[in-house]
Amino acid sequence: MELLALFISAILVNNFVLYYFLGICPFLGVSKKIDSAFSMGLAVTFVMTITAVFSWLINHLILIPYGLDYLQIVSFILVIASLVQLVEMFIRKISPPLYQALGIYLPLITTNCAIMGLALIAVLNNYSFVETVIFGVGSGLGFTLAIVLMAGIREELDLADVPEPLKGAGIALIVAGIMALAFNGFLGMIK
Amino acid sequence: MPAKSIRAEYLKGLWQENPVFRQLLGMCPTLAVTGAVINGIAMGLATSFVLIFSSLVISSIKKLIPSQVRIACYVVIIATFVTMADRFLAAFFLPISKSLGPYVPLIVVNCIILGRQEAFSSKNSVGRSLIDALGMSSGFVLALLILSSIREILGSGTFLGHQVMGAWFKPWLIMIFPSGAFITLGILLAIALVIESKAKQRR
Repeated sequence: MELLALFISAILVNNFVLYYFLGICPFLGVSKKIDSAFSMGLAVTFVMTITAVFSWLINHLILIPYGLDYLQIVSFILVIASLVQLVEMFIRKISPPLYQALGIYLPLITTNCAIMGLALIAVLNNYSFVETVIFGVGSGLGFTLAIVLMAGIREELDLADVPEPLKGAGIALIVAGIMALAFNGFLGMIK
Repeated sequence: MPAKSIRAEYLKGLWQENPVFRQLLGMCPTLAVTGAVINGIAMGLATSFVLIFSSLVISSIKKLIPSQVRIACYVVIIATFVTMADRFLAAFFLPISKSLGPYVPLIVVNCIILGRQEAFSSKNSVGRSLIDALGMSSGFVLALLILSSIREILGSGTFLGHQVMGAWFKPWLIMIFPSGAFITLGILLAIALVIESKAKQRR
């Protein structure tokens, strides 16, 4: 039951984009079309899940037993960078269609703060292994939900009469603000 | 290096190439920590420290770094300074470190820092990189200061914890919430664009 609550709260309440403000760059950059937003969301969910597994293993099997917690930042970022590279090569080999769909978005994910944030927040909250994995999947799905909704709104926004200075990032941020306000409504669901 | 170009190199970070308002870089910390002015300042200074020192190190060893693995090298250097900043805050300013939470370690993926290394420090002399880093840091601190002042004054009626609004003022709770951050930054971006286009017309 607690795991279910964690999962739901990672998707809706503590949404990575709208609550933690992580992954804003792809959220604003890749949210012009629903298709590409969905692919980006899938790629992030995929990498987040794997990162959750590996960052927990590294933290609990190597860093903590040897008292090296201060190396967390360096080791997490290196692990994420090499994981993304590996995942990219792996997908290209075993599933060309999936590679076509995720293709250009995978390398971009290395610098996505949502992935690093996931590893760090899981450590800060002292999640167990299962909790970390569920948190990773949930956060990825939450990111996908936010970016697809955003892309849907922005496709409609193209037809709207937006004041000149607000065009582009300005109106996108204001839309995100209103979305965040709507997501605030989920706060009552947990606790 | 002539004095005028030093000035221009520094000033471009403040406005023309301001990382937040003009380049839209480093949005995550900008939005996340600006609920209170003190957090904004702490975040700005920590990021400046990392940016200035990584620029110094990278511009001085740029000839030793093989270009194929340069990004990995930059990331390790940046991560080293981020760890120092993180430990320093935790040791001397525990309350601030607690309230900034994961956002201090996250400086490592702040695109402003990696962007400046890739675009500037890897190609320019140590002196110029230092000036550039100082300019960009000032621009970032300025942006955080503006955003956090608006949010703290309207959201809790205080500035740096001191009451500035009269008793009649009812705090706008929304400004403290994430939505307030998005909307305020969106409006600020629009204002920045208006100022820029006015300035262009005059030129």
